[in-house]
Amino acid sequence: MNDVAIGTGEAVVFWILGPIALAGALGMVLSRNAVHSALWLVNTMLALGVFYVVQEAPFLGAVQIIVYTGAIMILFLFVLMLVGRDSSDSVVETLRGQRVAAIVLGIGFAGLVGAGIARATQDLPVTGLAAVQGGDTSNIQAIARLLFTRYLLAFEVTSALLITAAVGAMVLAHIERDPGTRRTQRELSRARFLTDRPQTLPGPGVYARGNSVAAPALLPDGRLAEDSFATGIEPQEVEQMPRPTGRAQLGTPDDALGTLDPAPERGQR
Amino acid sequence: MTPFVAADQPTLEDFGHDVWWIVLIKIVGVFAVLVLMTLFAIVFERKVVARMQQRIGPNRVGPRGSLQSLADGLKLAFKEDIMPALADKPVYFLAPCLAAVPAFLAFSVIPLGPIVSIFGQRTPLQLTDAPIGVLVVLACSAMGVYGIVLGGWASGSTYPLLGSLRSAAQMVSYEIAMGLSIVAVFLYAGSMSTSEIVAAQADGNRVSFFGLEFTGPSWFAILLPVSFVIYVIAVVGETNRAPFDLPEAESELVGGFHTEYSSLKFALFFLAEYINMVTVSALAATLFLGGWRAPWPISIWDGANSGWWPLLWFFLKVVAALFVFIWLRGTLPRLRYDQFMRFGWKVLVPTALVWILAVATMRTVAREADLSTGEVALFVGVPVALLVLAGLLVASRATNRATRVAATRAAAGSIHPTEAEPEVLPPVGPRRRPARAGGPSRAEGGFPVPPMDLRVPPSPRLGRREPVAPDGAVVSTGRRSGAVVEEDVDV
Repeated sequence: MNDVAIGTGEAVVFWILGPIALAGALGMVLSRNAVHSALWLVNTMLALGVFYVVQEAPFLGAVQIIVYTGAIMILFLFVLMLVGRDSSDSVVETLRGQRVAAIVLGIGFAGLVGAGIARATQDLPVTGLAAVQGGDTSNIQAIARLLFTRYLLAFEVTSALLITAAVGAMVLAHIERDPGTRRTQRELSRARFLTDRPQTLPGPGVYARGNSVAAPALLPDGRLAEDSFATGIEPQEVEQMPRPTGRAQLGTPDDALGTLDPAPERGQR
Repeated sequence: MTPFVAADQPTLEDFGHDVWWIVLIKIVGVFAVLVLMTLFAIVFERKVVARMQQRIGPNRVGPRGSLQSLADGLKLAFKEDIMPALADKPVYFLAPCLAAVPAFLAFSVIPLGPIVSIFGQRTPLQLTDAPIGVLVVLACSAMGVYGIVLGGWASGSTYPLLGSLRSAAQMVSYEIAMGLSIVAVFLYAGSMSTSEIVAAQADGNRVSFFGLEFTGPSWFAILLPVSFVIYVIAVVGETNRAPFDLPEAESELVGGFHTEYSSLKFALFFLAEYINMVTVSALAATLFLGGWRAPWPISIWDGANSGWWPLLWFFLKVVAALFVFIWLRGTLPRLRYDQFMRFGWKVLVPTALVWILAVATMRTVAREADLSTGEVALFVGVPVALLVLAGLLVASRATNRATRVAATRAAAGSIHPTEAEPEVLPPVGPRRRPARAGGPSRAEGGFPVPPMDLRVPPSPRLGRREPVAPDGAVVSTGRRSGAVVEEDVDV
């Protein structure tokens, strides 16, 4: 039988991260929100990455984290594009007995795979990492040597396959448009700069008694600024204090300096 | 190279043997350095940008405004913590932590100095190192994207969602360029560990140039100029800084991904952004600027690269890199999104690939022809780099020709510097768009949408009809149930 000595640190890491990885896997299957599922998957992948590092395969661990982070990010975007921001699975069972059957079959499959692997690896001798990758070469150099000598063809073919898949996806998703039917960002930008207002539109007004988007901004003379009307919302007048108008009430600007009174009497200070 | 210096240079074997309290001191030290650098960077940025805009900048808190960011931090902590009604609560809470934690983690592999003596223990001035050192930084920056993307998604609001989508696309694309730019450094250094990359930049090669013997430059920024330029551009995109700050473009997206955040959660995003800036600056110093080693005129002094002095050189380099970040922000306007994406995919990535090819060829030639690294870099690398940069310059001038012509005409007094009959079309549509049934048609580039009133039929086993979507929820689903918002048409 195997006589592998597992270090204390390794055992501690395993018994902490093992349940976390499992919880991630279960959470991914069980959570009803697709984005939460993706997050649980990230959890599992990170735990696996740490496992690789602990088992002296640091390169594999780092690549696991880098690659799967990107991959799950894409998954996340797919979720956003295909099912929308806030949609969760319906709990209504459309096929009768489907859930029970899925659970039974899933447990059965897991048992089958587990038993198969256990049987297949039962009497394998343990040689250890150092013996496999030979002497003092590091793990990274060992991987690089294998990848670029013995498995070079498989490596190249895999990359060709991935590129083909990427190009295929681009071809399938490409929408042919007649030139001129849809303006590019460049054309839109130039069109905007030929108008009277290249800058952004003013925001809504901020009042003491209301700051909704429906409350329009005011021009210096107290009229409503039409540019600040929100699309699709009827502009609402907000009740305001009576505004002092005219030089007589406002006084000179110098009088208002240093006071909180917008219209101080002359000589009040 | 004197044996004295060689003894100070940590190798991979020096890591992992520290006493626990040394490790603790280093962890607290890295944390403190990052927080202090953040506080410093905020004031520094505001002062420098103010000077560039002919203002004074913060000058109220502390001597010459130097404690301004401390005051800002306190203010942020005491603000009201708002949880939006439509937020996805666990993810909304998790996102700032996800942004901040990897930012701190990434700094753990940055070498700050040689082997020094801390309370009698000889230990390298670096928390840890691994054969994959630089990949740890890449992995952390990849994880940091999640904080931003999830923060925007979980806010339950439009602008943050747009910001988060932009940042996902941006970081995925610019991370590729960043990773490719580092590959050439790996090829030259023969290692991915940060401490060994610093060691590889310790000494220049002896170059004889027409009988003139001198020590060639050893920094990878000089040996691999194209890599350095690509790295600098890519990390500006990677850290969401101007002119690539599209995820938080305030004129388009209010605040971008963190619009709905306030108080300490916002502070964590803020902290993460500045720590990322410090980390990529430190990585730039490590990979390209010789790490903690003293720059040339100082390095003549024997003691420059031993003891605690290298800490000073290192932080000077980091501050110089931070200054470049701030300089860019003070100088350049924000790019349009299509320009930004085109630049990343059609300029940076192909240039990086061609450059890696050239570098690999140079390495092979050097090995076959038995030349020294410095000679090959000087006789092949510099011309190739000049060729690549000149090609980029010509290409950019060619694409900007119309703008240049217009600018010349405008300078000459033309009122309409663009063409008399502009090729562009009438301004962009009526401001208050009439309400239309359904989304954009497929011909306009919209996606085919299934009928929106699709409902899952109730299970036959449930006796009574149970509505799938409960009525009365505020906005529980993405679709607007029932009432269509009435928009008045004033066209």
